[in-house]
Amino acid sequence: MSSPLPLVEQFQHGLAAPICLTWELTYACNLSCVHCLSSSGRRDPRELTTAQCKALIDEFERMQVFYVNVGGGEPTVRPDFWELVDYAVAHRVGVKFSTNGIRITPEVARRLAGSDYVDVQISLDGATERVNDAVRGAGSYRTALRAMRTLAAAGFDGFKLSVVVTRQNAGQLDDFAALADEHGAQLRLTRLRPAGRGADVWDELHPTSAQQRAVYDWLVSRGENVLTGDSFFHLAGYGQALPGLNLCGAGRVVCLVDPVGDVYACPFAIHESFLAGNVRGDGGFTRVWRESELFADLRRPQSGGACASCSAFDACRGGCMAAKFFTGLPLDGPDPECVLGHGEAALAAVGGAGGQTLPRPTPDHSRLPRQSSPVPVTIGRRRPPSRSCDEDPLAGFVPRAG
Amino acid sequence: MSTKAATAVFDLDRPWCLDERVAVRPEPFGALLYHFGTRRLTFLKDPMVLAVVRSLAEHPDARSACESAGVTARALPAYQQALATLAGSLMIRERDGR
Repeated sequence: MSSPLPLVEQFQHGLAAPICLTWELTYACNLSCVHCLSSSGRRDPRELTTAQCKALIDEFERMQVFYVNVGGGEPTVRPDFWELVDYAVAHRVGVKFSTNGIRITPEVARRLAGSDYVDVQISLDGATERVNDAVRGAGSYRTALRAMRTLAAAGFDGFKLSVVVTRQNAGQLDDFAALADEHGAQLRLTRLRPAGRGADVWDELHPTSAQQRAVYDWLVSRGENVLTGDSFFHLAGYGQALPGLNLCGAGRVVCLVDPVGDVYACPFAIHESFLAGNVRGDGGFTRVWRESELFADLRRPQSGGACASCSAFDACRGGCMAAKFFTGLPLDGPDPECVLGHGEAALAAVGGAGGQTLPRPTPDHSRLPRQSSPVPVTIGRRRPPSRSCDEDPLAGFVPRAG
Repeated sequence: MSTKAATAVFDLDRPWCLDERVAVRPEPFGALLYHFGTRRLTFLKDPMVLAVVRSLAEHPDARSACESAGVTARALPAYQQALATLAGSLMIRERDGR
């Protein structure tokens, strides 16, 4: 009854198809969250057409991808969004989509409540309007709460309330849980990654080490009642592992298809270094997943590098690849938020986040020009341009090497 | 897999089948099962369990499904336990219309 290798080791060699595939349908978004993983805002003119999206769903069906995590941008602003959801469901590809709630009308909520194959995640990053809107923008708290009430009223039981844990909301976990309970929803907490625009604000937003410990203890006490998308596996170094696979699944069990069909190793690694191919190429997504050199490389046994001699390595496995990459740390060293503090030392050794030329997340679809250095987050206010000339489309533009 | 109902005795002498809302994907190590209703994923690490699960609907009872998949009498309790776990997580269910 036992397999020759533990399951986690089997997974490191990759699977016939991803377990957890994220598909970002559009870079267009009505919001401009300061920590957006995909630097979304404006639609990309090269985004997959309806026919190309349907062909990709056909491929997912052939590969038996059970479900896709659909995001963006704001996926529901695509005019063909509901058509694509219906198409996926008809082809037995489940859809879990993340939304800020802007298009959740009573009619939509009734339709969604009736399907086993569709799940909804409402994004909210503060249990209070002040904390949420400082990160997600004015009005976003009210939009999300209205969507939650609408789903609850339509009888959609168990939709997800999805929260990125930040320094500003880490003390609100009980409030988030109460908010979820009140609406018949399930709470999902995920880790803030320094990816996309998140790289600009990570220094100000990522939880302190004391908060991180408190989040871990809180998650342990909640067990399987709170979902985490396996995103806190770097905290396993504290002792008991949290529920989930507890490994970096990039290219092994996880990948990202972006709106133009580019396939990246994971949703937090939108950078050319982690680009495995495009679904429009010969052999489509299947070939990228099964044959790309990048994924083959990620599926080879990884050396623990500087972490190999650490007693916690078996638990945390060196943490998150993307978090290391975008903070300038070597991929075979500690996670920047290593629970034993090795990340802080490593950041200091490379000059601290921002102290060197860090890899810039690519591509960028932000509606406002990106800042080239970390931007302080001002609670209660939208991020203002630092100078009036920053409104110029080329202000802050730094040509990127490579 | 949920272990809540795993302690319940699994009745090998009743007809069982895979739930209609479950998709099965073969993998090098065995298989992945996904239930669209509970949105739960389960891993089958043993190819013989997979063979049993897939053939449940073709047999009058779970015991004969196990036998024809080649499960020995000695190994049967372990398979009974595995089936109990799958029943507990709703991946398999008792069949009607006997």
